[in-house]
Amino acid sequence: MEADLIRQPAAVLGDAIAAREVSAREVTKAHLDRIAQVDDRVHAFLYVDTDGALAAADAVDAEIAEGIRRSPLAGVPLALKDVLAMKGVPTTCGSRILEGWRPPYDATVVERLRAAGVIILGKTNMDEFAMGSSTEHSAYGPTHNPWDLERIPGGSGGGSAAAIASFEAPLAIGTDTGGSIRQPAAVTGTVGVKPTYGGVSRFGLVALASSLDQAGPCTRTVMDAALLQSVIGGYDPRDSTSINAPVPDVVAAAERADVRGMRIGLVKELSGEGYQAGVEQRFREAVAILEDLGAEVVEVSCPHFDYALGAYYLILPSECSSNLARFDGMRYGLRVGDDADRSVEEVMSLTREAGFGAEVKRRIMLGTYALSSGYYAAYYGQAQKVRTLIQRDFAQAFADVDVLVSPTTPTTAFRIGEKVDDPLAMYLNDIATIPVNLAGNCAMSLPVGLAPEDGLPVGLQVMVPPQADDRLYLVGGALEAALRDRWGHLLIEEVPAL
Amino acid sequence: MSTVTPIPFDDAIATFDPVIGLEVHVELGTRTKMFCGCPTDFGAEPNTQVCPVCLGLPGSLPVANAKAIESIIRIGLALNCDIVEWCRMARKNYFYPDMPKDYQVSQYDEPICINGYLDVTVDTDEGPRVFRVDIERVHMEEDTGKLTHAGGATGRIHGADYSLVDYNRAGIPLVEIVTKPVVGTGALAPAVARAYVTELRDIMRGLGVSDVKMEEGSLRCDANVSLNRPGAEWGTRSETKNVNSLRSVERAVRSEIERQAAVLLAGDRVVQETRHLHEDTGVTTPGRSKEHAEDYRYFPEPDLVPIAPSREWVDELRATLPEQPSARRARLAQAWGISDFDMQALVHAGVLDLVEESVAAGVAPEAARKWWGGELTRVANERGVDVATLSVSHGDILRVEELIASGAINDKLARQVFEGVLAGEGAPDDVVTARGLAVVSDDGALLAAIDEALAAQPDVTEKIRSGKVQAAGAIVGAVMKSTRGQADAAKVRALLLERLGVSE
Ligand SMILES: [Zn+2]
Repeated sequence: MEADLIRQPAAVLGDAIAAREVSAREVTKAHLDRIAQVDDRVHAFLYVDTDGALAAADAVDAEIAEGIRRSPLAGVPLALKDVLAMKGVPTTCGSRILEGWRPPYDATVVERLRAAGVIILGKTNMDEFAMGSSTEHSAYGPTHNPWDLERIPGGSGGGSAAAIASFEAPLAIGTDTGGSIRQPAAVTGTVGVKPTYGGVSRFGLVALASSLDQAGPCTRTVMDAALLQSVIGGYDPRDSTSINAPVPDVVAAAERADVRGMRIGLVKELSGEGYQAGVEQRFREAVAILEDLGAEVVEVSCPHFDYALGAYYLILPSECSSNLARFDGMRYGLRVGDDADRSVEEVMSLTREAGFGAEVKRRIMLGTYALSSGYYAAYYGQAQKVRTLIQRDFAQAFADVDVLVSPTTPTTAFRIGEKVDDPLAMYLNDIATIPVNLAGNCAMSLPVGLAPEDGLPVGLQVMVPPQADDRLYLVGGALEAALRDRWGHLLIEEVPAL
Repeated sequence: MSTVTPIPFDDAIATFDPVIGLEVHVELGTRTKMFCGCPTDFGAEPNTQVCPVCLGLPGSLPVANAKAIESIIRIGLALNCDIVEWCRMARKNYFYPDMPKDYQVSQYDEPICINGYLDVTVDTDEGPRVFRVDIERVHMEEDTGKLTHAGGATGRIHGADYSLVDYNRAGIPLVEIVTKPVVGTGALAPAVARAYVTELRDIMRGLGVSDVKMEEGSLRCDANVSLNRPGAEWGTRSETKNVNSLRSVERAVRSEIERQAAVLLAGDRVVQETRHLHEDTGVTTPGRSKEHAEDYRYFPEPDLVPIAPSREWVDELRATLPEQPSARRARLAQAWGISDFDMQALVHAGVLDLVEESVAAGVAPEAARKWWGGELTRVANERGVDVATLSVSHGDILRVEELIASGAINDKLARQVFEGVLAGEGAPDDVVTARGLAVVSDDGALLAAIDEALAAQPDVTEKIRSGKVQAAGAIVGAVMKSTRGQADAAKVRALLLERLGVSE
C-alpha cells in the first residue's frame, strides 16, 4: 500500500487505516509531501495546516489502536474550501478583506468532518467570495488545472477540484451556488456533487447567495462522494433552512449503481448552440452507455431554463450585496483609512474599496441596484417568478422521467486570462448548472472522457428532484463502472504527471 | 431655520384638526435573543452576551426564537389583530456600526399581525369617552447594539474622538406596533395618545411578554402628528422619536400641535422630519430631516424559513390570553362599587394593581383605594419614585386598618405609622410602640385638654353654649392639636358637648 498512497480512493485509504495496514499519519504525511512538491505549480491551497492535520491523524491512529473507527473516512485527508469557517485557522474566502481573520468557531461541516475523524489538510483557493468560474478572481492568484497548467481549474471551487485532480488530497469540500462544485469537477475530470438545498448545513459557510449556496463533496470516485456526503449531510438546528429528514442512503445507492428500468431525460435546452462539439460527443456516448445499461432515454424540454442565467444574475447579486455588507472594517479583517480623522463612513468605504476585487464590486453594485426602491419589482421580483417557473419545469420533467442529464459545462477548460475581461462569457460557463441551484434540486458531475479536439476532460451532469440525492449515485455509480470497464481505469489516471 | 412661537393649544385646535399616529417599540422579555441563544439580561459587562450569530460573524446563521414568535402572536391577539397564515422576515439594509451585519432582520410588507384595534378611554368634561385606535400592524425585529461616543461636543458619532460599541443588546427581540392614522380626536389628541400608550403598556404587562419600563427603554414610542384645516387634506407630519414616559407622549403631541399651528398660521409649511422632545421644557426640536428618504432595499431574509403559525397554535395561544385591561377595570369597578371616574383616577395614579393586591390580601376596597391613591401616591411623588417601589406591604396596610378599626389609632396617626414603616422602623405595631402613637382614650386627660381649650377661647365657648354647635369644630381642632392628633375627634366632640350640656 506504500508507493501509491496519494492515488488511492478515500474509501480504500479508510479501510486500510482501519485495518492498520497504514497509519493515518502516514497517509496524511504523504499528502502533505505531495502538496509541498506540486502546489507551487497548482496553487490549490491558500493555507496548509500541517501541525493541525498531523495532530488529528495521530488522534485517529490512537483511536484505531483502541478499536474505535469513527467513520469509513476516519484518518483520510481532506482539502477544505476557504469559504468555510474553521476555528483558529485563517479563513479568507479568497478576499483581501478577510485577511488575518481566524474564526472563533467551526462550521457545522467542519464539526462533522472532525467528528468523523477526517483529517483537514488546509484551505483551498477560490474565486473571491465564490464569485467566478475560473478561480482567477482570487485575491491570492489563480489556481492551475493539473490537466494543463495554462488552463483554469473551474470556479469558484477551483482549488478544491485541483487538489483532488493533482492528488494533493483524496477528498475536498466545495460549495455550489451556481455550479462552483460541478463546473470545476467537469473541467478537472473529477466527481462533484451539489446536494439538495438544505441537505448540508450552511452554518459556518460564508454566504454568497443564501438561497442558492450549498456545500458538497469533491472526489475522484462516486463512492468517495457518497461517503463524504454521508459525513457532512443531515439536519442542523443551527441552520433553519436545513431539512429535518433523514439523509437518503447515498452509500447504498453508490454500491447498487444500477440504472435498469430508469427513465432518463435529455434536456433539450442544455445542448446545441454554444456547446463544444467534443463535449456534446462525449456526452452522447455516455448517454448511449446508460441506454446499454438498461435505462430508457427520452428528450424533455424545460423551456424556462433559457431565462435561468438572467434570473440568477439578479438573485445572486441582490443577496450578495446584503450578505457582504458586514465586511466594513469595523469588527474583523481589513481596515483602511482609520487615521483618527476620517469618519466611520469614510473608513467603511475605503476598506471596501481596497478589500474587494472588481468582480465582487460589480456584483454588489448590480445587487444594490436590483433591490433599489422602484426597481425591486422589475428585477428581484421578476427573477423570483422565473425561479418558480424553473421549479415547475423541473417538476413537470420529473413527472415523466427519473433523472435529467446534460453536459455539465458548454466547453472544456479555457485558458487562464481568456475570459477574465469578459464577464458575460465567464457567466455563460454556468448555463447548465444554474437551473439546479435556482430550483433547490441536487446534481452530480462526473467525468465521461476527454474531448477529442483538445484532450481535456468532459463532465456529464445528472439532475434529480430535491431529497432524491441517492438517485444521483445510482446513475453516477453505474456510469463510472461502465466507463472504467471500457478504459480499464478511471479517467483521472490519465492526468499528466506534474 | 426660523423658530416659531407656538400658539396656545386651544387656539390651534380651534383652527386645525390633528391627525396622530403612534409607533411603539417593545423589547420582549424572552430569556434569549431573537436569533441566537445569548442571554438578554440588562446591565451585563459590554460584549459579554454575544456569540458568532449576534455578532454577525461571517458564516453564522440566525434561527428564530420560538418564544419570541409566541409572544408576538399573543400581543397581536390581545390587540384584536389577524394573525397571518404565512409571513417572512425581511432584511433592512443600511450601514451603521451598531449593526453587526449592516442589515437589520425585521419585517417589511409581510408583518405577522395586521388589522387590529384598541379601545381607549379618556376623561372629558362630559365624562369618559371611548376612542377606537386602529392598529395597522404588529411586527418583530432585532435590536441593534449600543454606541457610546467619547469626546466631541455633540455626543453623536460625528465629531466624537472615538466610539465604543456594545453588542449585548444586538439581537434582542423587539416588537413594533404601528397604529393607523387616528383622526377625530380634536383637543383630546394628546390625551388619546397617552391613554393608548398606557393601555398598550398595561396589556403587555398583563401578557407578561415584557417588563415595559419606559425609563429603561423597554417601551419606546414615536409620535407622528400632522394638522389640517377641517375638511382639507392631511398635512405633512413630523415624527417625535423615542418618547420615554407617558407624560411625555401627551406633551409631545400637544407641543407639536402648538408648534405646527404656528408654522401654518405664519404661512410656512411643516417640514417632514424627525424631532426630539426635551423633557425639561416639553418642547420638540428637529432631528435629521427625512426629505431624502433612505432606501433600505428590503427583501425577504433568505437565511430564515417563512413563519406559518398553524391555526391550532394560534387558537391555543388565544386561550392563554389574560383578561383585557378594560374588561378587568369594569369588573373591578363593579366589585368595589366605584364609579368609572374613580377607576380612571386609580389607573392614572398607576395603583390599580396595588389596590387589587391589597384587596386580595384582605384590605377593604375603600381603604385600599384611600391609602394607595392618597397618602402613598403622595409620598411616592414627593420622593420621585414609582409608588410600587415603596417598601410597604399589603400586610402592613391590612394591619393599619385593623388598628384603626380597633380604635387604637386614627387616620391621622395611621399616616405616621406609614411614615415609620417607610422609614424602615419596622412593622406597623413596632412603629406604634416606638413612636408612642395611640389614641388618647383616657377621658380625664381629654377633659383636661377640653377645659384648657375652652378657657383659651371663651367667645367660642359662649357660642356653643348658645346652641351654635357648628362652632365646636374650633375647640375639637385645638384639642386634637394639643394631643398631637392622638385623640379620636368624634369622642372629643361628644365629650365637649356633654361638658357644655349641649346636644347636636
Ligand atoms: Zn448571540
